[in-house]
Amino acid sequence: MGSREMLKVLNALKVVAIPLLLGSLVGSPAIAQSPTYGVGRTPTAEELGRMDIAIGPTGEELPPGRGTAKEGAQVYVQKACIGCHGVAGIGGAAPVLRSERGADVPVWQKERILPLRSPYATTVWDFINRGMPVGLEGTLTPNEVYSLTAYLLFLNDVIPEDHVLDKESLPKVTMPIGDEFGKPHEFKPNAPRLKGYPY
Amino acid sequence: MDSKRNSRRDLLKASAALAGGILAGKAHAQEHNHPTTPGSENASPMIHGSQEQIAYGQRSKYVTSVRVQHPIGGRPSPDVFGKTFHIATPLQDSVGVITPSSLHYVATTRGSYLPDIDPAQHTLTMHGLVDRPLTLTMDELKRFPSVTRLHFIECAGNRHNGQQKTVQDTHGMTSCAEWTGVLLSTLLRECGLKGSAKWFVAEGAEEVKGASSIPIAKGMDDCMIAYGMNGEPLRPQQGFPVRIMVPGFEGIYHTKWLRRIKLVDRFYMNYNEFGHLRPEDKELALGEQIGPKSVITYPSGEQRLPGPGFYEISGLAWSGGGAVKTVEVSTDGGKKWNRAQFKNTPQRMAHVRFGYEWRWDGTETEILSRCTDEIGQRQAMREEIANWWNVPFERNYRVPGLDNSVMPWRIARDGSVTNGLA
Repeated sequence: MGSREMLKVLNALKVVAIPLLLGSLVGSPAIAQSPTYGVGRTPTAEELGRMDIAIGPTGEELPPGRGTAKEGAQVYVQKACIGCHGVAGIGGAAPVLRSERGADVPVWQKERILPLRSPYATTVWDFINRGMPVGLEGTLTPNEVYSLTAYLLFLNDVIPEDHVLDKESLPKVTMPIGDEFGKPHEFKPNAPRLKGYPY
Repeated sequence: MDSKRNSRRDLLKASAALAGGILAGKAHAQEHNHPTTPGSENASPMIHGSQEQIAYGQRSKYVTSVRVQHPIGGRPSPDVFGKTFHIATPLQDSVGVITPSSLHYVATTRGSYLPDIDPAQHTLTMHGLVDRPLTLTMDELKRFPSVTRLHFIECAGNRHNGQQKTVQDTHGMTSCAEWTGVLLSTLLRECGLKGSAKWFVAEGAEEVKGASSIPIAKGMDDCMIAYGMNGEPLRPQQGFPVRIMVPGFEGIYHTKWLRRIKLVDRFYMNYNEFGHLRPEDKELALGEQIGPKSVITYPSGEQRLPGPGFYEISGLAWSGGGAVKTVEVSTDGGKKWNRAQFKNTPQRMAHVRFGYEWRWDGTETEILSRCTDEIGQRQAMREEIANWWNVPFERNYRVPGLDNSVMPWRIARDGSVTNGLA
């Protein structure tokens, strides 16, 4: 290859190399975000909807439906929750679901009961939906889950008996714990879990 | 060049060694009057070959080390429904740093139920705050570039107290294995991770669909989507066909039977997180990354030293903050601390085996170990932790977060070893 041809090749390379270099420096989305391996497939919206059962504090994943404590009291018997958790959440072999301590007792001194201590009512909905009843998980309808959530929140004096829970109202329920709970710190790799602990 | 001659020489050497071995074996058998298999020159009875022995192998019948139900939690394993809760690994018998897959500790989020998953039917889906949601079959997952790393996993319930007898009871809810899989960062780049993603939810396929929220900074640093363990596919008790490794975080984050990763913009407070809920930020911070921790596995509770003389004290050290940097051993109840030796190269978020050469004079004493990790965190005594929290130290003091305090073993004059917290 003659020197002139070499120069041509180098110039051609520069045209390609400079934008590539700039792209990686400024994190250009067009370069950084194209798939590298092209393995796998795109899930359908229907598939994602069916599996998207992690309900965040904003409730954006909640399905349509509604329920009240009165309806929930019936579901609680029909779905045999009562068999393990006892009458109105007390006296069964499974965890207690209603506090037996007075209304004036601070929430951190009450029992560790999900529909009482949870910072978000959405977590109560999420767990009933994904985890109950034992052995028949995933069989409750959205209305049944809204109703049971309302019933357990009512039993713990969080909402009144006629309060309708749905996609809009559930994330707005004010839980007794308020803001009185530890928030996760910002995780950084290679950093102590708690600065200065125990030195 | 002279390979022919070399190979002939090797052959001669080998046959001489073989003949010598047979003769030595025969002499050994006669000397010690070992029973020999009729018609053979072996010095011991033969283990008969069977299809099982050929296909998957078996340990010696003289090796009887087993896992046991862990006392913390108080639920039987298995229970009447065939569910298991907490199963502890026999650290008192361990050597090296790899926990055999059969002996790895087991814990489940809700007294589970072991799903029997057909890997051909299982998929992993990543979605939420990504440009391109992605579903992978297990075969597709294995086409991505892989990594193989040693990592420990430790259960938050791995706490020691004065009631426990053996190191299996006090520390058996930690194990270390070689894990193989794809870095989560590789998969998230493939999906086009959005800048707004701050956390992700890792969810399992078992009956309760156990899920944990994990910071994205951790996910992009060293989380691994693991399908291999100690050179073979994961065991069902470890999440077959796929789990997430969250190196150095409490065991519950290492979601087994992984089916879904959802990228989200905030902490999701799943049911698993409800268990971590604490009044204060400081205490909550101690329930995520595991602190520096070590324990002496020999001599340990219910073992016995036959008499005064030389012993190599042996143990394990690990940290959720990185690799272990130093281990110190005290043989006088914590008055003097001596540097221990590493038996293998310390690796990030992995057990390291340490040893300390010791001549026991036959007097009563207490032996302890403590470690420091590469980011400068040092394992503390229980008293030191109580002081830091400014609470009075009592015998039954409960260390906040995962208990990484120093563990003492007491050695009596007759050589018997007991729990120093008792």
